[in-house]
Amino acid sequence: MSSSDQQAAPSRLAVPELLIGVGLLACAGAVAWQTLAIPVSPLYSKVGPTVFPYLTMVGLVVLSLLLILAALRGGWQPEEEKETPTDWRAMGFVVIGLVANLLLIQPLGFTAASVIMFVLVCYGFGSKRTLRDVGLGLILALAAYFGFARALGVNIGAGFIENQLNTVIDAIIGTFGA
Amino acid sequence: METLGHLAHGFSVAFTPVNLLWCLLGTTLGTAIGVLPGLGPALTIALLLPITYQVAPEASFILFAGIYYGAMYGGSTTSILLNTPGESATIVTALEGNKMARSGRGGAALATSAIGSFVAGTIGTMGVAFLAPVVVKFALAFGPAEYFSLMVLAFITVSAVLGSSSVRGLTSLFAGFVIGMIGVDLQTGQPRFTFGMTELLDGVDVIIAAVGLFAVGETLYMASRRYAGKDEIVPLRGSLYMTSAEWGRSWKPWLRGAAIGFPIGAMPAGGAEIPTFLSYAIEKKLSNHKEEFGTVGAIEGVAGPEAANNASAAGVLVPMLTLGLPTSATAAIMLSAFQSYGINPGPLLLTTQGDLVWGLIASLFIANVILVILNLPLIGLWVRLLKIPAPQLYAGILVFATVGTYGISQSPIDLVILYLLGAAGFLMRRFDFPTAPVIIGMILGPLAETQFRRAMTISNGDWSVFYKHPLSLTLLTLAFIGLVGPHIWAYVEHRRRRGPEHVPGDA
Repeated sequence: MSSSDQQAAPSRLAVPELLIGVGLLACAGAVAWQTLAIPVSPLYSKVGPTVFPYLTMVGLVVLSLLLILAALRGGWQPEEEKETPTDWRAMGFVVIGLVANLLLIQPLGFTAASVIMFVLVCYGFGSKRTLRDVGLGLILALAAYFGFARALGVNIGAGFIENQLNTVIDAIIGTFGA
Repeated sequence: METLGHLAHGFSVAFTPVNLLWCLLGTTLGTAIGVLPGLGPALTIALLLPITYQVAPEASFILFAGIYYGAMYGGSTTSILLNTPGESATIVTALEGNKMARSGRGGAALATSAIGSFVAGTIGTMGVAFLAPVVVKFALAFGPAEYFSLMVLAFITVSAVLGSSSVRGLTSLFAGFVIGMIGVDLQTGQPRFTFGMTELLDGVDVIIAAVGLFAVGETLYMASRRYAGKDEIVPLRGSLYMTSAEWGRSWKPWLRGAAIGFPIGAMPAGGAEIPTFLSYAIEKKLSNHKEEFGTVGAIEGVAGPEAANNASAAGVLVPMLTLGLPTSATAAIMLSAFQSYGINPGPLLLTTQGDLVWGLIASLFIANVILVILNLPLIGLWVRLLKIPAPQLYAGILVFATVGTYGISQSPIDLVILYLLGAAGFLMRRFDFPTAPVIIGMILGPLAETQFRRAMTISNGDWSVFYKHPLSLTLLTLAFIGLVGPHIWAYVEHRRRRGPEHVPGDA
């Protein structure tokens, strides 16, 4: 079939890279839309708050066109990146862990949500000892929580685990302080 | 000799017990995160930014500087023993260092890199102390137009000149501009790029951007690459004491590396890749043991680039402290720490914040001494850190990423932004876009805009200020050459190479 010969040339089109270029062009569109939404006071008509956004938008359009051009010429991925298959399963577990964290951090508090994320991410990366990961995650999350909440004075979402521990710690401090 | 007086005063600040403790904490933490793959100084300092609400500026900058220097020392350990460069600046160290480790000379490689880092770091810090006041004298003459042009030059060099592709580097930079513009415009009070969301009025916190790109993006990338080959840790063999022959082969590369690294780092271009590669090429040329390069590993190829790396890291502090011009992601995040204290780095910093600047410089000398101790006699400790398995390491990184992000305002919206930036970071890592220009664009973009608008207001809207001031014109011309020059050169080379092929056809 002669068509297979003809397809050899268009197959140089790199689809992932093309999508990135088009995506960036869409971002430039969003920038333009948001720039038009900036109300401009006539007082600042010379160099108002829209000059830099417009410059940035023009830059993004030019750059995305250059990226699309590069994609049409075969893309820029290094060979080793292309040859290594993506581990969708591992990535999937990391994403599930992140989303679980997002959904659970308010109802359950930071520590419990973090332990769940920790276990899911470990599992995704190939760890088989889930029970040990629960323990490790708990220790790490509590260390992070108390390191930040108490030492740096940052207030992060407390759930039932933190509240119980805070009560215990305050009780201990109270006993020794008295 | 004014500088020596200032330095003496700086040491009196840095030598207080509390500040020594901050320095020790910073260097230890810095070495640890330098050793651990997947963690870098930019991410660590970003996560620790909330500390600026708690302690004096001297304390937090001594901590941050310790982390910054420590990560350089720790990174070389990973390069030598694991052959996984923790940072782009240590790629060259991995070339020869890992070969040395495989041929049983890992101890000598670690020793020459630690001592070389100490020598070059000390020379570089001395360079900062003596060069900074000189740069300040020049910088005082800068007006808004010159500042803007200087920033344009820095934008071009960090994104377009360094790195593998100028288009991708500039894309990262412009993405950083967009992120930096989100929020209320400080001069007119107008909200920009908020998509009508009140959560975005305060802008995107630099912590979220750094954590999203460096922690979440990196974790997603590592998860997606599990099929790629894994590097094995080379067990540490060989004495940590260098033989006299090894000393003899090391000291000149250390000095040459420092001499190459510091000036390049101190230029408004920054970047440690160019000085390390340059030093490697020079040492390979000058070495009497060329046969060891790329085979069993040549000690010169570790000593020179490591020295160049540390000296350029010190050099980056010169434009940061004197001009407020960060040229690396870490420096950009340190700049945002200054902003969080309400301090504007610039030519006036050395006079208005003398205690802070000279205390910081003095603490860098102390950090170097602590680091050479931490990284030679205590090396076994750090090697153990390398054995942390990947699943728990990356899961742990995400836990800390959540703490740092959620702690800002306890808003799940911040986590959504974090994950979006993480997805962007993954794509950037996967498709070879540099991430540092995003952070630099995000921090430096709004500052450049301020200078631009200031210059235009002074000139009454006349664009010619940027090319009628000779200094501004020079800087813009340099930026233009930096952007276009390499392409023209490549085109000429291309034509020159193709030339002879075409001649026979024409004849």
